[in-house]
Amino acid sequence: MSESRFRGTDRYVATDDLMMAVNAAVVLGRPLLVKGEPGTGKTQLAEEVALALKRPLLQWHIKSTTKAQQGLYEYDAVSRLRDSQLGDARVHDIRNYIVKGKLWEAFTADVQPVLLIDEIDKADIEFPNDLLHELDRMEFFVYETREVVKARYRPIIVITSNNEKELPDAFLRRCFFHYIRFPDKDTMERIVNVHYPNLKKRLLGEALEAFFEIREVPGLKKRPSTSELLDWIKLLVAEDIPPEALRGDQHKLIPPLYGALLKNEQDVHLFERLLFMSRRKRD
Amino acid sequence: MMTEFFLKLRKAGIPVTLTEFLTLLEALSQRVTAHSIEEFYYLARATLVKDERHYDRFDQVFGNHFKGLETLFDQSIGVSVPVEWLHKLAELTLSEEDKQLVEAMGGWEKLMETFAKRLAEQEGRHQGGNKWIGTAGRSPFGAYGYNPEGIRVGQEESRHRRAVKVWDRREFRNLDDTIELGTRNIKVALRRLRRFAREGAAEELDLDDTIRSTARNAGYLELKMVPERHNAVKVLLFLDVGGSMDDHVRVCEELFSAARTEFKHLEYFYFHNMVYEGLWKDNRRRYTEKTETLTVLNTFGHDYKLILVGDATMSPYEINYPGGSVEHFNPEAGDVWMSRLLAAYPRAIWLNPQPQNRWSYVPSIEMVRELMGERMFPLTLEGLEQGIRALQRAR
Repeated sequence: MSESRFRGTDRYVATDDLMMAVNAAVVLGRPLLVKGEPGTGKTQLAEEVALALKRPLLQWHIKSTTKAQQGLYEYDAVSRLRDSQLGDARVHDIRNYIVKGKLWEAFTADVQPVLLIDEIDKADIEFPNDLLHELDRMEFFVYETREVVKARYRPIIVITSNNEKELPDAFLRRCFFHYIRFPDKDTMERIVNVHYPNLKKRLLGEALEAFFEIREVPGLKKRPSTSELLDWIKLLVAEDIPPEALRGDQHKLIPPLYGALLKNEQDVHLFERLLFMSRRKRD
Repeated sequence: MMTEFFLKLRKAGIPVTLTEFLTLLEALSQRVTAHSIEEFYYLARATLVKDERHYDRFDQVFGNHFKGLETLFDQSIGVSVPVEWLHKLAELTLSEEDKQLVEAMGGWEKLMETFAKRLAEQEGRHQGGNKWIGTAGRSPFGAYGYNPEGIRVGQEESRHRRAVKVWDRREFRNLDDTIELGTRNIKVALRRLRRFAREGAAEELDLDDTIRSTARNAGYLELKMVPERHNAVKVLLFLDVGGSMDDHVRVCEELFSAARTEFKHLEYFYFHNMVYEGLWKDNRRRYTEKTETLTVLNTFGHDYKLILVGDATMSPYEINYPGGSVEHFNPEAGDVWMSRLLAAYPRAIWLNPQPQNRWSYVPSIEMVRELMGERMFPLTLEGLEQGIRALQRAR
């Protein structure tokens, strides 16, 4: 059993509670629902679970127009109609016109796969309800061919949500749930270390300081997230900015390359104004 | 022990069901956890709680129910942290210079003694025992100040700090939906408004489905219709400004800006304390540019939904006496205007930023609530949700 335990990977820092949620979902073969602020690595989790457990990864990205049926299969009636007019022999077998969806693929895979259902809240409100039976029993019925597709191995299902819609209770009951909290400073340090192992310690310290300071600024429209911090550090390293430049007592008003952190004009203005005010107070 | 915990959770208002409880038991019997209370806490949370808003309540119930039981878990794995362990750890991490420093300060043994004592004190504040001494990890050397920069108790630090009862730190407090709206919460509230805004009944042709059905129908045309996805909800928003509302300005602003982007048909007006014959749109020119309430009533159709936001905290005269207004002489009493409004807009709610438990102490709130036919809701996420549900309900 220790083989199939998820403990994070060399490029993904998993907290204890996240590991527990993943492992519970894996052992019991139930879907794991992951929520959290944007940019905290929800989608990446599935990739890393697949990597760590050495399973193939299937990704199903949901849009506002996605239907639950598309995850199972689609019957391409239009091609069949066209083929029948052209006198194609394939037309006699309806199976030629059934296009497998991601769930079907996951159910018939040779090894237990990891299936990512990304941003489930983007879809129609009925979407999760339409998948209840399929996720519960891990099987579904194909009307056109009258066959039942049953999972050979219960896939490890990771579902992400950005909280745009409430998910139905019946759906939630069948899932494990984990809310990825915004990492604290220590965890953040570990995350950055995992991505940039050779980063100068001082630069990291200053960068984290500046980052958390910016996050604390009240009234920001979009607070920078983990992925934005990583981008910023990448830029800092690429431009070879010295750690001193990140300190607030420099003459420069805002940290260099702030564009990676603040993505909104008003936020930049607000930040500048606050800095200006705090400086004046100090003088 | 477990059943009681389950019942307590339900009592605390967390929607736990039997299925989830059985899943937890199944997970326990499958040995998902390795007998530590923290792992059990994480497992229980992942299994039973499906909404981050309930994390805080869960933490409280968990802390309350399993209080004193940590020791039970502790003994069952037979680990208590020996002093040697700390000793060794410190020796591994301290440099020669530090050791000299330590010697200078009265010898290792003595320091360890005070160190352990101090740790015990630190823990004592939380759980009254020294069992968890190794897990206190609040950068103990730093607290004493003989840890020069660059030396720490290693990777263990953060891991062990986490061991200090996660659930007692209540980090998810601001996600609970019964507290007032905050910057983060308003976003979630906004999404709730959006769902409500997306409903509409108009019908349009579903081209894809029509083609598909026609093909399936051997070429005979079969029309398929779908409900149109557009913003069909019309909202009238009346906001109380000034006076006692000053405390709630920020929350109202947030709600207002959230609502403005969400609705295609949103009309807003300001009033002060109570709705009388005049409303205004620009607060700076409230005395010069008034819109007559009757005009508003006649302009906007009955299908508009009315949301009033105000603390309803005023003198009762302002509600039921002509001339009771604090600002001007009103020929007709506030409750007359309220009943006119409600007759014109049967779907109406009043959102009150005052905490709900204080309502019953303010007579005017009770009066307005009665006027509204009990449709007054607190301006919290939960209240907003209830309010929107009340708006959707056909009357």
